[in-house]
Amino acid sequence: MAADPLATRDVRVSGHGTSEAPGARVVQVQKSLMAHNDGVAASNRQTFARCLVLNLVSSPGSGKTALLERTVRELSDDLHLAVIVGDLETDNDALRLHAAGAPSVQIVTGTVCHLEAEMVARAADQLDIAAVDVLVIENVGNLVCPAAWDLGEDLRVTMLSVTEGEDKPLKYPRIFKDSHAVIVNKLDIAEAVEFDRELALQSVRKVAPAAAVFELSARTGAGMAAWLAFLRERLAAKRG
Amino acid sequence: MHEFSLVVSMLDVAEAAARQEGAERIEAIHLEIGALAGVVPEALEFAFAGAREGTMAAHARLEVTYLPAIAYCATCQSEFELDNRFGIAMCPVCDTPSADLRQGRELHVSHLEVA
Repeated sequence: MAADPLATRDVRVSGHGTSEAPGARVVQVQKSLMAHNDGVAASNRQTFARCLVLNLVSSPGSGKTALLERTVRELSDDLHLAVIVGDLETDNDALRLHAAGAPSVQIVTGTVCHLEAEMVARAADQLDIAAVDVLVIENVGNLVCPAAWDLGEDLRVTMLSVTEGEDKPLKYPRIFKDSHAVIVNKLDIAEAVEFDRELALQSVRKVAPAAAVFELSARTGAGMAAWLAFLRERLAAKRG
Repeated sequence: MHEFSLVVSMLDVAEAAARQEGAERIEAIHLEIGALAGVVPEALEFAFAGAREGTMAAHARLEVTYLPAIAYCATCQSEFELDNRFGIAMCPVCDTPSADLRQGRELHVSHLEVA
């Protein structure tokens, strides 16, 4: 049986003995592994002082890019969106978003399964941030690895689609727990895949009781109005 | 496999602290990891075995302490330990869900053994 990473216990994962090595002395450190990343994220927040920044995470294929294409189009009358897209390979997503009318910077992460604050800082250098109202960082499609990395965002938005199973928030608690908003996408095919809406919303509420929840279809546009109103409201709140 | 990135950060933190102490090598790294940090022990060990080569921790042990997830109930004004591994924080007294996680995300180097 595989070890359970969430169980509460002491585990020694390496080494040949628990006692201190002879002649060794103890040095207190008390430092987070995320300290460097968190410092860069704080500096990103200063760069992004006037725009609303989202860190959008989901499984691969939930429809992040489709959601952004429609969001860009529907806000384009008065707001400028820009997108930083993280992907293991290809710049297909950035090309799609560029076609929808948003300046897009692709970060090809290679084998890295998540974005880090430094990658975002470099990508943001390629954008005219002063002209951006809403910056969306589309994270690598993955619900585990991106969770620990603060990118300097205002809002973490986690999306699941109706094809993924209603208990997804329980399987990936960290990412949902730290989310300000949760989007349920692909409502247009919910019936066909026998999606249990109540069960899914219950799962979200259990893990992320304070998150704003949006049920929508990025393809048909159903439910988009509430999501767009939320973005406008949060942007206005940030700009005071 | 974000554990590799974590291990690289861990080695940076540990080597900086060990150098500051004038140590020659690191015998052990003691980590504290929250129950909801999303770290897989096997992946951590695998990443550590690969990444420690050529560092001051080339022969070091890795000792991990897992910290339980603790949430705060605003109604009862008290903390409670989560009784499940799904991140569900229901107050055991008043059965209200809590969004206020006080412990469980930690990824810390607590201390080192150096020589």
